[in-house]
Amino acid sequence: MNIKISALQFTREVKSGSISAEDFIAKTMEQIQNIDDNLHAFLSINDKAVDQAREIDKKIKSGGKIGQCFGMPISIKDNICIKDTKTTCASKMLENFIAPYDATVITKLKQQDAIFVGKVNLDEFAMGLSTEFSAYGPSKNPWNTDYVPGGSSGGSAVSVSAFECVASLGSDTGGSVRNPASFCSTVGYKPTYGLVSRYGLISYANSIEQIGPLTRTVEDAAFMLNLIAGLDSNDNTTVDNNNEDYLKDINSGIEGKKIGIIKEMIGEGIDPSVLSATKDAISKLEGLGATCEEVSLDMVKYSVAAYYIITATEAGSNLARYDNLRYGYDFSVEGFEFNSYIEKARKKFGSEVTRRMILGGFVPSAGHAGRYFLKALKVKSKLLRQINDAFKKFDLLISPTVPILPFKIGEKINDPVTLFLIDINTVTANLTGKPAISIPYAISNGLPIGIQLIANSMNDKLLLQAAYALEKTVKLPEVPI
Amino acid sequence: MTKIGLEIHSQLTKLESKLFCSCKANYREFEPNTNICPICIGLPGSLPRLNQKAVEKATMIAMALNCSTPEKIAFFRKNYFYPDLPKNFQITQLNLYGNTSVGGTGILMVGEKKIRITRIQLEEDPGRLIYEGSSEKNLVTLVDYNRAGTPLVEIVTEPDFENPREVREFLNILSNLLENLDVSDPSLEGAMRADANVSIEGGNKVEIKNIGSFHDLEKAIHFEITRQQSLHSRDIPIIQETRHWDDKRKITVSSRSKEEDLDYRYFLEGDIPWVKIGNEVKEKLKSEMPESISSKKQRYISKYNIPAQVADVLSSDKFYSDLFEDAHTKENAKEVANIITTDLMGLVDTREKRESSKLKPSHLQEIADSIQSNKITRNSAKNALYEIVKTGKKLSDLISELDLGNVSDESELLQIIESVILEEPQAVEQAKSNLLTINYLVGKVMQKTKGKADPKLTLDLLKKKIQ
Repeated sequence: MNIKISALQFTREVKSGSISAEDFIAKTMEQIQNIDDNLHAFLSINDKAVDQAREIDKKIKSGGKIGQCFGMPISIKDNICIKDTKTTCASKMLENFIAPYDATVITKLKQQDAIFVGKVNLDEFAMGLSTEFSAYGPSKNPWNTDYVPGGSSGGSAVSVSAFECVASLGSDTGGSVRNPASFCSTVGYKPTYGLVSRYGLISYANSIEQIGPLTRTVEDAAFMLNLIAGLDSNDNTTVDNNNEDYLKDINSGIEGKKIGIIKEMIGEGIDPSVLSATKDAISKLEGLGATCEEVSLDMVKYSVAAYYIITATEAGSNLARYDNLRYGYDFSVEGFEFNSYIEKARKKFGSEVTRRMILGGFVPSAGHAGRYFLKALKVKSKLLRQINDAFKKFDLLISPTVPILPFKIGEKINDPVTLFLIDINTVTANLTGKPAISIPYAISNGLPIGIQLIANSMNDKLLLQAAYALEKTVKLPEVPI
Repeated sequence: MTKIGLEIHSQLTKLESKLFCSCKANYREFEPNTNICPICIGLPGSLPRLNQKAVEKATMIAMALNCSTPEKIAFFRKNYFYPDLPKNFQITQLNLYGNTSVGGTGILMVGEKKIRITRIQLEEDPGRLIYEGSSEKNLVTLVDYNRAGTPLVEIVTEPDFENPREVREFLNILSNLLENLDVSDPSLEGAMRADANVSIEGGNKVEIKNIGSFHDLEKAIHFEITRQQSLHSRDIPIIQETRHWDDKRKITVSSRSKEEDLDYRYFLEGDIPWVKIGNEVKEKLKSEMPESISSKKQRYISKYNIPAQVADVLSSDKFYSDLFEDAHTKENAKEVANIITTDLMGLVDTREKRESSKLKPSHLQEIADSIQSNKITRNSAKNALYEIVKTGKKLSDLISELDLGNVSDESELLQIIESVILEEPQAVEQAKSNLLTINYLVGKVMQKTKGKADPKLTLDLLKKKIQ
């Protein structure tokens, strides 16, 4: 049994009867058992997965109505709620939080007969880009286990890359889906803000983050979007996509499309191998009939600073509820005093969350908002104006997903500012709400490089068509596991 | 000159559900922590789901208070830690980027006096803290989240009041207005709360919080004015501060916590997109708005010739005006108004009595018609009303059951009159010399008939007999 197949191929084979869901899930669970001690993608495993697959096989045999996933094994980032399942956010604070409800994306996937093989690792509360800030230890890059898998949805990328599932859902606040996808050589896609319901996603920076799929192919990403997108009464920020079919016409090609190369994302600090991969991708796109031209978005210079100020502000508010009365509970009421009680609970947060909470208490405070938070909002709106102007001229924008190659575990953990700067190419799509995708493009010294495409809001279909066209030009070696 | 401003919180108790979830807005009948869901207790991953009806009702209030209403509104997060606040931030409104709360500046008239409204905002009520034992030294504080997320409208006034009496009048008018709009039932415990700020000539503004009832609000303002005046007369400066009302000692006490220094780190609530309230919506709301109290009053006076004072009482209380609207016809309007304002009011003067009352508009109609057609006397009507409120029985049944029917049969009445004349020879003599004293004899007849004798007929017959 070959488990190294795409999600769509899986559904076709189960549908045709050439494989059974049970066999495939059993094999997948075996794979997890065999390699996850080393890779540490998973925080918890669904021990009923094989039984669930057997039920689906029965349903197929009896000719019952069957969902589009046919028992497809999916991993879920551990900041998305599955009913009656631990949802820890890779934090000690939520060590014992069992979600009493399903996130909307989970409800939708359940309706389509998906099987959740387990919850996967992330940086604590999705704050980070290496999974090194997980309270339960880092995940490792399947391409080289000395290296980080990227983050924060590192567990998602590892599990897809190492065949521990066929697809995964992550969340992307500043690149958290695209960054690990780039580092682990998978597709990582952040849809337009509002296209996918966030209900059941534990908020970090709610005004800019979005749930998105990590998959083996662009087609799979489009398939996943078909399953999870759409208006949701539980999330007031969702938009109606009129049941768009993102798979239909995915092979339309990009002939005649205009693509802008974001100048600020291929300049200073870029790794030479990343730059040459980007240039190669540009020439491939031109070969497919697109015209490419440099475009400047000078607000990108300030985007990372603005991003960290805005996300810290929202995190400071979103995580305020973890206060020892309700989470991180400590039974001792000895010498009870409310503030010291909260302080006690806060000790359950790791260093990165603590850093951002302190920042989040400072940058929007009355005496400092003018210098930090309000300025960050100005950068955000100027950046939006600039990118909207760019989309008057271009259909798509292109850049490397991450300016550098994956780095070693432990290499940058004590250098938060350098870590922050790695987000430079990904945060723009979050700050402006635009859809963006990272596709595996090259391998340099055994380490993956991803290329990012960005489209205008609600042009997700065009984005997927272009990504599909570019993907078809690439032939990459298999992951060495 | 004394200046008093108010900050009033009114729950939208007439709404079905809370501001951001489908739990009941009427949390009062639930066991603690049973009217809750992942949203109103702020479980990780939950998102607020804005109740559009709440936005509409709050906008109606803004329009009724003659406030400006913006094209679109936004919500903000007010960040502070408190055990009754599930998310440790409150979703509220703020005019940070222009006018984005449901109501801008407005005016409410209190008699001839103009009270300016500063703004009106829509927000969520927190949960409730229940202290076990005494409030000073308690070991355990219980939290009940049933109330958390209840739609709350905050109405802020300019410091336009000069004395507690104006404050009381304003609050009466406002509470009648809210009830008339059918958005809130101010008689429910905790449905309407108010804080005040007070300053006297030459002193700083002092805010008073933690006032339990409107009655205490008046006392607190009184106390505060006296306190400030006595400081001022001794040349002691009045500092700007927040003081808490001590319910037991009936005084205001300086709060040790420096609330002025609290930094709420306000920012836009990204989970709720801006809500457009276009002219179409406003027109629709206007058309759905119940008739205002003043317009009702005018109508009662001009259309039915009801005296101004009666019309005033009738129109300002929604319970009475609803009854009146349903019971009256053009012919009996005045009678129905009279029954309500003279006889009914004493029977249903509390919330509990109103709730248990079995009286229907049809009852009032029957009573009014029966009085007008001389079937029963006013006095009997009053007795009947008492029974109807208690039992809901039909008037016709009560007339026979309690023998309330008018004694209008001449021969029957004559018999009674004759016996009265025999029993009261002295009064008869008096009446012969001074006809005005005949009323004593009429009263005696009434006594004998338990108030059922037709008063006009009795008088006529008596006069004839005596002269």
